[in-house]
Amino acid sequence: MHATKTLAEADRLMTVCNSCRYCEGLCAVFPAMEMRRSFSDGDLAYLANLCHNCGACYYDCQFSPPHEFNVNVPAVLAKTQHQSYAHYAWPSAFAGVFARNGLFIALATALSVAAFLAGFVAWHDPATLFGTHVGPGAFYRLLPHNMMVLLFGGAFLYAIVAIGFGIRSFWRDIGEPTATLRDPTAIGSAIRDAARLRYLDGGGAGCMNENAKPTDTRRIYHHLTFYGFLLCFASTSTATLYHYLLGLQAPYSWWDLPVLLGTVGGIGLVIGPIGLLAAKWRRDPAVLDETRYGMDVAFILMLLLTSFTGLALLALRATPAMGILLALHLGVVFALFITMPYGKFVHGIYRFAALVRYAKEHRALGTAASGPPN
Amino acid sequence: MIDLSRRYDVLVIGGGNAALCAAISARREGASVLVLEAASEFWRGGNTRHTRNMRCAHDSATASLTGPYTEDEFFEDLLRVTGGVTDEELARFMIRESKDVLGWIEAQGVRWQPSLGGTLSLGRTNSFFLGGGRAMLNALYRTAERLGVEVRYLSEVVDLEIENGMFLSATVGREVPVRVTARALVAAAGGFESNIAWLRQYWGAAADNFLIRGTPNNRGTILKILLEHGAQKVGDPTQCHAVAIDARAPKYDGGIITRLDCVPFGIVVNRNAQRFYDEGEDIWPKRYAIWGRLVAAQPDQIAYVIFDASSLRLFMPSLFPPIEALTIPELATKLGLDAEALRRTVETFNAAVQPGTFNHKILDDCRTAELDPPKSHWARRIETAPFYAYPVRPGITFTYLGTRVNREARIIMSDGRPAKNMFAAGEIMAGNVLGRGYAAGIGMTIGSVFGRVAGREAARNARN
Repeated sequence: MHATKTLAEADRLMTVCNSCRYCEGLCAVFPAMEMRRSFSDGDLAYLANLCHNCGACYYDCQFSPPHEFNVNVPAVLAKTQHQSYAHYAWPSAFAGVFARNGLFIALATALSVAAFLAGFVAWHDPATLFGTHVGPGAFYRLLPHNMMVLLFGGAFLYAIVAIGFGIRSFWRDIGEPTATLRDPTAIGSAIRDAARLRYLDGGGAGCMNENAKPTDTRRIYHHLTFYGFLLCFASTSTATLYHYLLGLQAPYSWWDLPVLLGTVGGIGLVIGPIGLLAAKWRRDPAVLDETRYGMDVAFILMLLLTSFTGLALLALRATPAMGILLALHLGVVFALFITMPYGKFVHGIYRFAALVRYAKEHRALGTAASGPPN
Repeated sequence: MIDLSRRYDVLVIGGGNAALCAAISARREGASVLVLEAASEFWRGGNTRHTRNMRCAHDSATASLTGPYTEDEFFEDLLRVTGGVTDEELARFMIRESKDVLGWIEAQGVRWQPSLGGTLSLGRTNSFFLGGGRAMLNALYRTAERLGVEVRYLSEVVDLEIENGMFLSATVGREVPVRVTARALVAAAGGFESNIAWLRQYWGAAADNFLIRGTPNNRGTILKILLEHGAQKVGDPTQCHAVAIDARAPKYDGGIITRLDCVPFGIVVNRNAQRFYDEGEDIWPKRYAIWGRLVAAQPDQIAYVIFDASSLRLFMPSLFPPIEALTIPELATKLGLDAEALRRTVETFNAAVQPGTFNHKILDDCRTAELDPPKSHWARRIETAPFYAYPVRPGITFTYLGTRVNREARIIMSDGRPAKNMFAAGEIMAGNVLGRGYAAGIGMTIGSVFGRVAGREAARNARN
């Protein structure tokens, strides 16, 4: 028996797929499925989080609807994956936010931006707020550096702790020993698979977005988004080192590493999310889980807002607009951090964990089973 | 919009592997090509949707094939499965061409994958389509459309106008018939396995109990018209690729997932709870294709594979779970069999099992003694509860009755003369090389090789 109807449907599909196995060359989901005969809720959560929703198996399947066997693996695994985020959310009281995630993220962002704006207005007289600040420490005249570190360090730490608890429940549920998370070969292999988005390529032809014709655009836009995000993160990290190790205060010149990293990353984080949004817009509704549309779009928009406000701040930092833009940017980033455990961000974490387990399982796999001819 | 009033160089009837290979190769020869597919876009491609691999000869290992498979070895395999019922010249021609087809198919956008799990040790001989037959088909359609082949769905051809071995026109659609003309015809519309009434002519009432593993569209309409217009018949009408599949499968289109690979692990009994054939005669990849006919010969065309808990996980899972019971009589009751008869059959079998070392990967020494029919390998006592059963029926994949063709895939008329402008490829002419029996993946070889040849020759024919 399964906890939800979606899990029961995922079980039915995996039983069908396990009897067919034509898709085993497309990605990691099917080989992982083949290692099993029956599918517990934990197994299904694992398989669902391995799925990159490339869509290839839907268009390749002779049993996809309108066939009476009604096999739609991408949509059902997307739904299963979505439910797993709620199921493993910590604290569990927050599980409900995944049901109306678009609304939740929008409210959290609005509140956070409003709080920063209100704070800036309350603490500073208009002359400071709308003044032109240049030279070292310009930003900190509006928000002291220590305060910034406290707020953002705290939010980030909270996100890490909350996501950590989620992963712990996931890992227990799928029945994998903790030792696997310390297996360097499995970790290395998962890093390679994640870094290349190895399984977002329909087995080599490219993922399928609007129809059965393979394209690679989602992979490209996801790379731009992901690496853009990493570069922005690297920008913040190097700025922190500049501050504490070199005693150099922001804002930095355009040729300084934090600005270079942030600019390049920010541009990636503008183009990538726009491309992903456009791809989602055009996507064949058949392979989508409509219940997670809000969550997916909210996360993409959050990333877009982060990069957009960041780049705007960079462009106008020496003008009177800086104060308001800083409040906006910080508000968005704070909301991004604090909602990380309760939105689409977690897909990367669970996916990575699933890839680690898959790497270990795959290596352990010995002989191939005998099976069906035509 | 597709202009049906225009006279095409080549008309292809059908929409599967053979049809698309013909369409692509005719188009690459410069011909204008129209494909008429009876099914809708989703259901296009007939039985190709359910395929997974094709058997092509090759001289060395490749990225997706584990070793060489020579022309001679391929031919020997064909001789073995058909018992020699094949046209040697045509078969050798097909096998020679299959070498080149391996690369040609890839050039049409089809991707290969190494044989992984789920296959019957075919990694050396058979090339597997990445994503299966429908993925292969989608690639062929994309290529055909890119090249300018016109494809019309829901366009069943209901009649052909043929005069003295010369194709003139085809009638499309039943309600509002439209006449389509072309300079040459490629018939690639499949066998007649979905036409139960036609099967009944040869099998009698037994045909009503057959399950059809693939498309319901292969009613043999085109085959019948061609034969009526003087195309020479080839093949035994009762011969087909038939395997034993789960009796609970849908009447049509259940595909691969209703297949059962458990026969060598148990015993198979008929409606009277009696065994009727050696379940352990040879390794399963060499025997799976005979069980459809064996079951077809049993009363009511039904049989039951009986095994116990020790074998449950030794074979590939399938769609339906086995029927389970704690005792053999209870199992018999659940299956609607005579409990006492099944108990006796199992007891007699168990008593005949000789000591041996069980190994399902080789022809082991677990056999019965003084039992008729014997079980030559993998014979183990059925004694560990729970006991399991799968009901099985004949699952027909495709029929072998067809039109005779020559090396140009040109249809031969009953007077022995080649047709002027008619070609055939795929199941509709499979009987030329496949008189009986089956070797995994050979249906696709027939389709691709003769499809490619038929398209090329039809295009040349149209030019002259």
